[in-house]
Amino acid sequence: MTEQNAPLILVVDDYQDAREMYAEYLQFSGFRVAEARNGNEAVEQAFALLPDLILMDLSLPGKDGWEATKELKADTRTRHIPIVALTGHALAGASDGAKKAGCDSFVTKPCLPDDLVVEVRRMLNAVK
Amino acid sequence: MNTVTVRTMPRSTASDAITPARLRLLEYYLVHHDDLGGCVQASLEWLARHAGVRRSVCLAIVPETGTLVGVGGYGVPIDDVELFSWPVSDTHDPLTTALLSDEPTIFRSVRSNGHVGTSPVTPLGAGNVMAIPLRGTRAKADAAGLLLLRAAAPITTEVAWLVTVFGQKMEQIRGRGSVAHEARKLRRERALFYTIINSVTDPILLTDTEGRLIVANARAEKLFAAAEEANEGRRRAVELNNMLFSAALSRTVVEAPSEARELLLVDPDDGSDLLFEVLSSTVEDPREGTGIVSVLRNITDLRRATEQIEENYQKLRIAEAAVRAERDRLNLIIDSVADPIIVTDSGGSTVLMNAPAGELFTAPPDAAAGVLRGVQSNDAHFSSFISGLLLGESGPGEIRRGEIALLHPLSGEPIPVEAIAGKVLSESGELTAVVTILHDRREALERARLFEQLKVGADELQMRVQSATAELATQNELLRRQAIELEQASRLKSQFLANMSHEFRTPLNAILGYTTMLLQGVAGEVTPNVKRQLQRIDSNGRHLLTIINEILDITRIEAGKMPMQISEFELNQLVPEVMLELDPVIARSKLSVSSRLSADSTMLLSDRQKVKQIVVNLLSNALKFTHQGSIEIGVAVDRISQTASIAVADTGIGISVEHHENIFEDFRQVDDSPSRQYGGTGLGLAICRRLAHALGGRITLHSIVGEGSTFTLTIPVDAPQ
Repeated sequence: MTEQNAPLILVVDDYQDAREMYAEYLQFSGFRVAEARNGNEAVEQAFALLPDLILMDLSLPGKDGWEATKELKADTRTRHIPIVALTGHALAGASDGAKKAGCDSFVTKPCLPDDLVVEVRRMLNAVK
Repeated sequence: MNTVTVRTMPRSTASDAITPARLRLLEYYLVHHDDLGGCVQASLEWLARHAGVRRSVCLAIVPETGTLVGVGGYGVPIDDVELFSWPVSDTHDPLTTALLSDEPTIFRSVRSNGHVGTSPVTPLGAGNVMAIPLRGTRAKADAAGLLLLRAAAPITTEVAWLVTVFGQKMEQIRGRGSVAHEARKLRRERALFYTIINSVTDPILLTDTEGRLIVANARAEKLFAAAEEANEGRRRAVELNNMLFSAALSRTVVEAPSEARELLLVDPDDGSDLLFEVLSSTVEDPREGTGIVSVLRNITDLRRATEQIEENYQKLRIAEAAVRAERDRLNLIIDSVADPIIVTDSGGSTVLMNAPAGELFTAPPDAAAGVLRGVQSNDAHFSSFISGLLLGESGPGEIRRGEIALLHPLSGEPIPVEAIAGKVLSESGELTAVVTILHDRREALERARLFEQLKVGADELQMRVQSATAELATQNELLRRQAIELEQASRLKSQFLANMSHEFRTPLNAILGYTTMLLQGVAGEVTPNVKRQLQRIDSNGRHLLTIINEILDITRIEAGKMPMQISEFELNQLVPEVMLELDPVIARSKLSVSSRLSADSTMLLSDRQKVKQIVVNLLSNALKFTHQGSIEIGVAVDRISQTASIAVADTGIGISVEHHENIFEDFRQVDDSPSRQYGGTGLGLAICRRLAHALGGRITLHSIVGEGSTFTLTIPVDAPQ
């Protein structure tokens, strides 16, 4: 039921349950979904697939979300892709750090799937 | 050259009437036919009285020696008359010439015509003198003498008469050859008389009843007679004395003849006052008439001495009174001193002691033996102290101190005393007395003992205070360390909670996510039974999430990880925003929620997010605990205190007074029981209060159970940075 021209969302999260949950719900909501488990995979996939939007968990093993975001935003091929940051750290400064790294939006976990889809749609509309 | 003028003298004639006055003189001549001196004196006085001749001198020839001597005078110093002796051998001598002349000769004053040396010096003194020869009835006979008068006096018939009869009398006496003898006898007697009265140191005067001077001794003359050449002051003094004396004399005669009177005269020498006692007596003389003999006794010195004695006596009495008063005062002082005082003389004997000393050193003879022994013992101790002082060399003003062990004679109680003794020296440095004060040392000793005890107590106290202080310091140090440890623990706790909440969120995220997906039918339709069960999971999961979020908030505030983000904003605008955010809840509650905004500007400088969080919380609570009625959010700004307030007033269940404070504590609701009716973590108000404090404000509560509650947030218009 997912259309071929539906927007491609890259979901980056090292926690499988969360990643798959978001992916499943995004697909349920009509999006194409790609997944990455860490920063390196996220960068690779982004270059390979050039998704319409990236959901980036910031605390990742190895290359973390901030570094990956910086890398992608530094490259002309991926600079235009909106990145929505996801973090479980609600402490002040987390959102500032995300914005600095180049994230276009910031969502605090726990974020219910439907709320996330609302945010994704908003960002995609903003890009258009 | 002599200046001699001759004046014709009226001769006495037989036709001259024999007046009673003349007759009296002639009678005198007859009675005193041998007494040349008496006749001379009577004649001169007669002249004074009847011819107005105030001053006259009679000279007589002494054939054996060929000299002219004075035999009588009136109104002239008697000494001058008696000492006068003039040789008549030189015929060129003026007096000899006058003697040989038939007529009176006038000698002009040497001073008046400038000639010197030839004018005779007579007892009459300086001035023009008339010399009238006295001779008998026989013609060409030698003159028996000369009568010297003041030339100013005219030769009256009375003078002429006297010269005639007196010349005959002189010749008669001379013819009997007794002139020289008489004269010598007279002179001796007179000389003796004057020697006697002059040797009297008191002035003696013979005066007539009118106070005229007849005879005066040398002392009297100094007071009452002045030579013509005397100075003005002396003459005046003499004049005054005469007046004073006359007045006194007249009083004496009239009032009390024999009584002594005091008479104040002036010393002609220096003008000082002289006080005399005048003793006058009246003498009757057939020839001279009534006379008054006055003896003046100089009592000036006597009076002065008397006055001096009187004055000294007064002084003495005053001094004596002063001494007595001084002694009384001293006695009073000595008696009023509680310490024993003893005064001893230079021999060590007791002169004076006050009552307290008496108690120690005296006892009645019939006292008990023990008392007498006590007194003797005290006396012995004191005597040895005093003798030590008396023997020792010490200057005036030196104070000797010593301790003496005395006994109370009655009780036998020992009395240690401190003796303080001072010497009293006379002006010549002789020791007159020793004053000793005995000071009872018992009190001082007792005080010293108490002081010592007090000191020991104080030292002990100080030691205790020191040890307590040291302990306190140790405790403080311990507390400080504990505080540091607590702070570390608190920080660790906060960190732990922060980490924990993160760790909680991740699985909770999945739980809530999948539950939502199941409820939305992502995995296919679910039966109503399953749906109900999923909803339970969802609501409990959400509750757990709220708890975790709120714990995280508190942790962040306590860890200081909630920085202020101060910005300028309108409080009025914040309220609709909050109401919009809670609109779903408000809609579900069916309550009437309204706002009453401030008419004035509500521009604040504060942390907008935190103010909003507080208001959201207060409104959520109001919605939760109100079942019917209304909720009103009021905004006000107080310009005076520079504060803004937001009050959330509901008509809910209310809070009883005893819970007004503890509902702000962590995890607290009015109903803490597990079966409580209302949900929530119990952390909401605790967070609100912390946030309000962080903004420099506070939250206050006004509530009545069953009527409703009003929570008011008050914050400064300008938040503290």
